[in-house]
Amino acid sequence: MTPPALTPRSVARLRPSRLSVRAGRRLWLLIFLGPATALFAAFVTYPILSALAFSFYRWEGIGRRGFAGLHNFVRLFATYPYSQLLGNAFWHNVLVFIVTMLVQNGIALALALLLARGAWGTKVYRVIFFLPVTLSLIIVGFLWALFLNPIFGIVNKLLTSAGLAFLARPWLGDSQTALLTLTLINAWRWIGFPTIVFLAGINAVPDEYLEAARLDGAGEWQVTRHVIFPLLAPAVTIIVLLTFIGSFNWFELPYVVQGVSGGPNRSTDVLSLLFYRMAFGEVDTGLQDIGIGSAIAVLMFILLVAVSAIGAVLLRRREVELA
Amino acid sequence: MTTTRLPWKVAVQVILLANAVLVLAPMALMGLSAFKSTREIFQNPFGIPTVWRFENFARVWVEARFALYFRNSVVVTLASIVVILVFGAMAGYALGRFRFSGNDLLYLYFLSGLMLPIRLGIIPLFILMRNLNLLDTHWALILTYAASGLPSAVFILTGFFRALPTDLDSAARIDGAGEWLIFRRVMLPLVRPALVIAAIYNLIPIWNDFFFPLVFIQSDRLKTLPLGMTTFFGQYYTDWALLFAGLTLAAVPVILLYVMLSQHFIRGLTAGAVKG
Repeated sequence: MTPPALTPRSVARLRPSRLSVRAGRRLWLLIFLGPATALFAAFVTYPILSALAFSFYRWEGIGRRGFAGLHNFVRLFATYPYSQLLGNAFWHNVLVFIVTMLVQNGIALALALLLARGAWGTKVYRVIFFLPVTLSLIIVGFLWALFLNPIFGIVNKLLTSAGLAFLARPWLGDSQTALLTLTLINAWRWIGFPTIVFLAGINAVPDEYLEAARLDGAGEWQVTRHVIFPLLAPAVTIIVLLTFIGSFNWFELPYVVQGVSGGPNRSTDVLSLLFYRMAFGEVDTGLQDIGIGSAIAVLMFILLVAVSAIGAVLLRRREVELA
Repeated sequence: MTTTRLPWKVAVQVILLANAVLVLAPMALMGLSAFKSTREIFQNPFGIPTVWRFENFARVWVEARFALYFRNSVVVTLASIVVILVFGAMAGYALGRFRFSGNDLLYLYFLSGLMLPIRLGIIPLFILMRNLNLLDTHWALILTYAASGLPSAVFILTGFFRALPTDLDSAARIDGAGEWLIFRRVMLPLVRPALVIAAIYNLIPIWNDFFFPLVFIQSDRLKTLPLGMTTFFGQYYTDWALLFAGLTLAAVPVILLYVMLSQHFIRGLTAGAVKG
């Protein structure tokens, strides 16, 4: 072995015996990394891995019985009432995702384009639009439930006084409108988030590109369509990804506004509510089935991880294209 | 983008203003209703209160136990954030400044937590907390929040520690400073901006969380604000004056903090979705 070069670091290391330094370093690494690793392993990794394993066991209440193979999944997909409940809830998650993409993210993109034009008051608007994102969904849900109360709520009062009384209805009490209404409440709370992300994406477009396009005679729309939109692809990918994750984890809003069964008549039932009822027991029927609950958790897990992974790959590829 | 004609500018202002009203009007209405009587809310929902009833807030604070729920939320949130920052900074420092075998693997292990939806592990977590005798205690919440908040803190802080110049800790080592002293006195002060981002990124979701208290907490005296509010709404569902006062009271601290630190909040909460 050649002796190490005399860098300041090696001199510092040579001062005590080298062996004790190395042991000391190990100890320090353990001290620095130990607590975080242990905490994360015990309360995140272990529960998630166990949740996957739980779906392959038979359950009686909260007690684990024998190995059950794929029995829980078979029951979930092929037997009444589970398959109906699963299909119903899954479809609602899909609807929430689609409506959120179109309404919330569509409007957010438009707002970001307007803000990026350097309109007067952009800084203030930015702060205002983002404000509801900080509010708890419990506050937001209860507030809108009061506003949408069929008799005393202001929404129907406003419609009536605007001569649109025929539109007044129990928005959250009618299974035709409940899910859409809930999705729009959610959009009211979240819209500032995609707005800021899109705005940051637009502002990151180099000015030279825009000027070059304008010099070539491109109009505002053409600049937006052919210069800004392609460069916005990473921001769009992130928002699609986060919207998907958010839509399929939807829990608080339907829970506090419509109850754990996703009323009225299961019209706002979603996967997380179904999962919660199977795990901790349904109020009205007393039905609890941890096997089914764990199977739902595995399905959601696969769905979320798969989509996140696809999103991450797309994102990396698009960033490479830009570079 | 400055070459815009006046009619365009007016149209843009109208749209932006309309959206600002859509955001602010419900909150303003909430705040105004909080000072009215229930009868006045029903009869004159949009007007200024004829009498400003501050007693609504006093009743919510004492009678509806908001003082208690607030205290619980503060305790749980602060404790979780402290654990996240201390352990996150220590791990980030080791991962960002030390070369050792398994460094990359451990980093990726923490990173996986950014994608894994911890809520899906609620059944085993519930059983774990029961076996540890931690159900219906604040510890169940603090441990869960701290553990699930660590990946973001490790991610943010490792990046910051990595970016610091290499001679810094070498110089301190030559001066004979111990490892802990180097970490605490030399390196940690330099990553303060990252600590702020990591704190805000976790602060709002923890403060607002409803799911874990719903599962872990039974006793009314241990409920955090979001869970306490569902109890409150169940008890006072006909007393709209009190409901609006409760909503306002719950919203005001976060709104005030946001108004004071809006740029930090926007940057912190969109961290990961927005670069830089």
